[in-house]
Amino acid sequence: MIDVKGVHKSFGDLEVLKGIDLDVPAGAVTVILGPSGSGKSTLLRSINHLEKVDRGLVRIDGELIGYKRRGNKLHELREREILRQRSQVGFVFQTFNLFGHLTVLQNVVEAPVSAQGRKRSEVEPYARELLERVGVGDKADVYPRQLSGGQQQRVAIARALALKPKVLLFDEPTSALDPELVGEVLDVIKELARDGATMVVVTHEIGFAREIADTVVFIDGGRIVESGPPREVLDNPVHERTRAFISKVL
Amino acid sequence: MFVHGLATNPGWDWPTFFQFFATRTIFSALWVTVQLTVYGTVLGFVLGAVLASMRLSSSPFLQVVAWGYIWAFRSIPLIVQLLFWFNIAYLYKELSIGVPFGPEFVHFSTNNLFGPLGAAVLGLALHQAAYAAEIIRGGIISVDAGQLEAAAALGIPRIRQFFRIVLPQAMRSILPNGANEVISLFKGTSIVSVMAIPELFYQVQVIYGRNSRVVPLLMVATVWYIVLTTLLSIVQYYVERRFARGTAR
Repeated sequence: MIDVKGVHKSFGDLEVLKGIDLDVPAGAVTVILGPSGSGKSTLLRSINHLEKVDRGLVRIDGELIGYKRRGNKLHELREREILRQRSQVGFVFQTFNLFGHLTVLQNVVEAPVSAQGRKRSEVEPYARELLERVGVGDKADVYPRQLSGGQQQRVAIARALALKPKVLLFDEPTSALDPELVGEVLDVIKELARDGATMVVVTHEIGFAREIADTVVFIDGGRIVESGPPREVLDNPVHERTRAFISKVL
Repeated sequence: MFVHGLATNPGWDWPTFFQFFATRTIFSALWVTVQLTVYGTVLGFVLGAVLASMRLSSSPFLQVVAWGYIWAFRSIPLIVQLLFWFNIAYLYKELSIGVPFGPEFVHFSTNNLFGPLGAAVLGLALHQAAYAAEIIRGGIISVDAGQLEAAAALGIPRIRQFFRIVLPQAMRSILPNGANEVISLFKGTSIVSVMAIPELFYQVQVIYGRNSRVVPLLMVATVWYIVLTTLLSIVQYYVERRFARGTAR
């Protein structure tokens, strides 16, 4: 479903991604682990072209993301096309980024209507259903600030789901939460995984990774150090760096 | 003491004040002042919004043009600029739109192009735009970058990102400064009296020039300025309340 090939990315002189290959089959959950500054967020952001890559390709469901091929050359797509592609990818941010001046329901309804041209009358019941599903059905008409961090993040997940995306990307979805609120957000993500959503999750929660991941990818210094099923990568890491990281986080 | 003096000191000459306070001349002068304020505000803020978006655009050319405009119009005193527009016919007798050294499409004489009122509105609006641009730009950059990023990640169209997501939140910090500008423009219209435009302050000067009752007539203008500024402040309160939805303070 998601196919990343030879992706390089630099910020000025700093090379953050040094050739990343990643393959996420449909319905699979991939968890990306790595120390801060290892490039894992940048990788996630380049999957929906929030970050332009310098070299390499990203494909979702066979469609080249952010570029089109003309002859032998790649041309960046027009903004309108890029936005259309993004509306097929759900992205959940570390800091939620809910629209503070809109109610919870308006937050969820906004993109399906304005980005996908769906009818408000059709989207609204679906949005309420999603809010119900993530456990904030009674909060549809309040503003984000009136919610706890965990509730806000669950609304953000509902907002991403409302686009009926092909894939879901989570960028450290629990890192900004108080410890006692982490569980409720992880539960929602786990349930999505059980329902067969294709997901890539950047996280520091090793236990959670063990529970939901089909594949764990460990990144350090802009390269994939090792990847495989959680049993291998988390319990019997081959590389010294992976071992050091896991012993530190656990 | 001061309040007591207001009531008893014959110098304030309240009978004259009441004689002129609600006369036809004053009302029509007030109307000119209000018109100058409204046109100056609307044109100034529209042009200001354009300038702000130019400064925030990724095009270096647009950035430099907008920066240059703001630099120029903040550097020139308003009164100088107004006198310049008033006297533009002295510099350029005719204006035309067309191809340089080629055919002309539209052609007008600068004397007819804008009367004194038009020149005043133009001057106020151009001046106001430079300040409005910076206020609007300040409001926009005060909105958390995550908001725009989330909108982009959701695939919301560019124009809608601006009008639905960024601008309403930018309004929170644009409004108090913007209201300041409108109020100072409203009183600033008195500067237009140098162009002999019959706005409130000019008309008051004309009257006390005739009857020498300077203080009561200045009080007529003062009280009207206070009344309308109060109205504007009330409007500001309600507009701000509307844009404060979803915020803690």
